[in-house]
Amino acid sequence: MIDLLKAFLLGGVICVIGQLLIDLTKLTPARIMVLFVVCGVVLGLLGIYPCLVDWGGAGATVPLTGFGNVLAKGVMKDVDEFGFLGVFTGGVKAAAAGITAAVTFGYIIAITSKARIKK
Amino acid sequence: MKKPISKHEYQKLVEKKAPGSHVVRNLFAAFFTGGLICTVGQGIMMLVKSFGADKDTVAAVTSITMIFLGAFLTGINVYDEIGKFGGAGASVPITGFSNSIVSPAMEFKKEGYVMGVGAKMFLIAGPVLVYGIFASVVAGIVYFIWKQVM
Amino acid sequence: MAKRLGQQTIVLDKQPIVLAGAAIVGRKEGDGPLAKYFDEVVDDEYAGEKTFEAAESRLMRDAFIKALEKSGKAAKDINVILSGDLLNQCTAASYAFRDSDTPYLGLFGACSTMSESMLIGSILIDSGAADYVACAASSHFCSAERQFRFPLEYGSQRTPTAQWTVTGAGTVILGKDGQGPRITCVTPGKIIDEGIKDANNMGAAMSPAACDTIVQHLQDTGRSVDDYDLILTGDLGSFGSAMLRELTVRNHIDLKSKHNDCGMMIFDLARQGVDCGESGCGCSAAVFSAYILEQFRLGLLKRILFIATGALLSPTRTQQGETIPGIAHAVCVEA
Repeated sequence: MIDLLKAFLLGGVICVIGQLLIDLTKLTPARIMVLFVVCGVVLGLLGIYPCLVDWGGAGATVPLTGFGNVLAKGVMKDVDEFGFLGVFTGGVKAAAAGITAAVTFGYIIAITSKARIKK
Repeated sequence: MKKPISKHEYQKLVEKKAPGSHVVRNLFAAFFTGGLICTVGQGIMMLVKSFGADKDTVAAVTSITMIFLGAFLTGINVYDEIGKFGGAGASVPITGFSNSIVSPAMEFKKEGYVMGVGAKMFLIAGPVLVYGIFASVVAGIVYFIWKQVM
Repeated sequence: MAKRLGQQTIVLDKQPIVLAGAAIVGRKEGDGPLAKYFDEVVDDEYAGEKTFEAAESRLMRDAFIKALEKSGKAAKDINVILSGDLLNQCTAASYAFRDSDTPYLGLFGACSTMSESMLIGSILIDSGAADYVACAASSHFCSAERQFRFPLEYGSQRTPTAQWTVTGAGTVILGKDGQGPRITCVTPGKIIDEGIKDANNMGAAMSPAACDTIVQHLQDTGRSVDDYDLILTGDLGSFGSAMLRELTVRNHIDLKSKHNDCGMMIFDLARQGVDCGESGCGCSAAVFSAYILEQFRLGLLKRILFIATGALLSPTRTQQGETIPGIAHAVCVEA
């Protein structure tokens, strides 16, 4: 139960940072998404993000920064295993499930549904 | 005709008079929406874990499920409403990433399955992958060098 | 023959007549305060077509047919159609009129298209080049969103100064003779760019152009605000209108209660959740063709200045960091 609450709090705080950037800096949502992923990679490399994941669980893995963290984690793992080649294989390998799921579901949903106007 | 106000003055005036966002309301909405989505993710994680899956499987299944949920809610025309309410609370979680992939694919279906759905799918999410993957390569190189030095 | 008066104003000798107008709008517009004036409200955003672009063309064509019907003219009486919209290559207009079997001139003036077409149309009639002209403009929320912003289903928030693109089309038929209000003079506007970059704040980008045209028109004609019952700007929205007041005051012109804006009339801003009002070629086109003409018919208006305003915005150029040029054309309509 406490894990759910922690996820709620951490996830909420990360999103609030995003909202602050939107409202106060006029950054577009697309730029903020890019910024978050890159931040996730950097924090993952520095070993800071894994601490957040330990504390907040999905509150840290579900936001896009978590996706960046996965990329960093993957690339470091492959560098450990395969040396320099791992630089090229690690990131996408670790993110494979997410990317493939996005393409697959995206395609299926897109061809079966229709865009409607907002009321 | 004599200009009563300079370009610079006008831009200043517009900036001063423009109505601001409802920052406090938006922050609460983002906190609540983002928090809730992450709680759902945590619930899925705990559920998958209870089946005895290992850590990597739990993480993968959770993100696949969340991506599905985002795509599904987009398909039934709901996610844009969540986004309108929650702002960053809806676009920062992985469900928002999914929304940013499905929504252009749906929209551009009329331009065909190859140049419409296929080409436009990553219209918004493309940069996330480009910069995410590129950052991971840079991170990998930094890590590699750091390992050599240490 | 038309004569130039002052710097930019053109006085029309024959005073072309606005024979009839028709407007067809979407569901949200049909839920607004002007609902009862529109000829038709189309609930389906696809208007029975497969795409939003086709739907927009459909609205435009239907408004044209409706206006013809009301004017008692046939398509073959029309010497030229002057029309435009917001989409690349004026897609909605050219596809709307491809089967009309009538000479067609496509215009791009962004949201100023309606007054631009009326301005050119009335000069054509005044010069004797045409007897009857159709002036039309349209916009569609969904086709504009996908061209200028995000896909419909993308979850994003609008900034407080963002305007809502109207789904609708309006057509007026101008003629050399007949019954209706007359176009007595017109003032084509200059492109004015005061350096606004935010594509979500088009009102602020257009109001300097609106101000410039109003000031020029009053100066050329020697008239004052009091000579008009209504100074109707295109679609500045609430913020753009506030900026227009700031600017006119600096030019020593008090708009008093004479000013209204099409962009604040179609929707009930608070109730319908459109923060700052509406925009789109269809906005001023529908308001003028339906509501304003009806006010003339009822004798409630004697002389108005109709100034549709356009943000000549290009997504490509704004992405390249360019600012947004604005334009406004004035048409003086008298009972």
